[in-house]
Amino acid sequence: MKSFPNLIACEHCDAIYQRPVLAIGETVRCETCAAPLHRHARLDVDRWLALTVTALVVYVLANACPLIQISFRGLHNEATLWRSALALASGPITLIAVPAALTVIAVPLLQMLLLAWVLLHARQGRRAPGFAMAMKALVRLRPWSMLEVALIGILVSVIKLAGFLHVIPGVGLWSIGVLTVLLALIAGPDTRLLWELTEARSRP
Amino acid sequence: MTVQLRASTLGMVGCHLCGLVCEVPPDAAHASSCPRCGAALHARRPNSLARAWACLLAAVIFYVPANILPVMHTNMLGRGSDSTISTGIVEFWKAGSYGIALVIFIASVAVPCAKFLALGLLLVTGKRRTPWARRERALLYRLVELVGYWSMLDVLVVAIVAGIVKFKALADVEPCIGILFFGGVVILTMLAAMQFDPRITWDGNEHE
Repeated sequence: MKSFPNLIACEHCDAIYQRPVLAIGETVRCETCAAPLHRHARLDVDRWLALTVTALVVYVLANACPLIQISFRGLHNEATLWRSALALASGPITLIAVPAALTVIAVPLLQMLLLAWVLLHARQGRRAPGFAMAMKALVRLRPWSMLEVALIGILVSVIKLAGFLHVIPGVGLWSIGVLTVLLALIAGPDTRLLWELTEARSRP
Repeated sequence: MTVQLRASTLGMVGCHLCGLVCEVPPDAAHASSCPRCGAALHARRPNSLARAWACLLAAVIFYVPANILPVMHTNMLGRGSDSTISTGIVEFWKAGSYGIALVIFIASVAVPCAKFLALGLLLVTGKRRTPWARRERALLYRLVELVGYWSMLDVLVVAIVAGIVKFKALADVEPCIGILFFGGVVILTMLAAMQFDPRITWDGNEHE
């Protein structure tokens, strides 16, 4: 089947263009529907990988350290992401743990691991084994990654609880804030550009 | 004004997963896959409108129990009380936290309702292939995609509060069935938006 790497089709309205040459950070919009059409990656492979590894470290902190500490009449409780998810799973409505754990814990981790795998190989100028699978998974996972919603959710919870409990934000909360920014940088709409980035490198 | 060429009129398809533009012979249009990533190539998503309608209607149905049934049961020093999404917003408002009340109102009431209307409008106008307000409808679709998942906020708040407040008999918060329906609404509207093929907006007559 014939394919045209020098053409670009707008995802939103099917308009077709010659692939433009862009400077770093530049974005072009479709003339017909004004949707973002194409952009130059903001990161090169090395920086991308470095930020992914950073994100993984921050992710460990976000999961291991308490999000908030609460005390009520002399009783204390600390909550990490994991412990909250487990507490939910053992509660009366087990199902509620599924979207919460998936969108905040599992999907972001999967995104980072897949990116690390793809980028590690891209650094050596080749496509990783299972590259197509990994890239497809990254595109499909993106809408279900809800770390930023969880961040606002935790802040709302803190304010909700502060009415009747003593609440102290913990390291985990700050880590989630940092991780949100990192994930937006590494797993944003730029992900698809890895197809072109690895293509250019794999050619002699 | 020059006429904008479209992939479908040239017999080409942009892969929806990796973006590669491929030539699809008209006789094999239903069975070809992208040579680069292997995803199935469709000029338009198959049954896009019917599937989107199904998800949207299911979401509207789920929205009723999500608002009527309690989402959270709070037990403080032996006194238990149920709260629904709307009482949660009213409580914040009465307590003077207008900002938080507004955030929750936007995420759990305004956004889902606006999404129902916006998707309904896109589906009806898409079916009729009308050239009316195409650019605006395209923008509306991108907005729906952008803000859609923020409705998960209330689900995550209930999950977090219920996961943290565990003081046995003194204070305990449990999630209730309503939040599951609400989560269902959010997931179904997200699926409806994903099923809808925005390229449909631009099909049909080029001019009025």
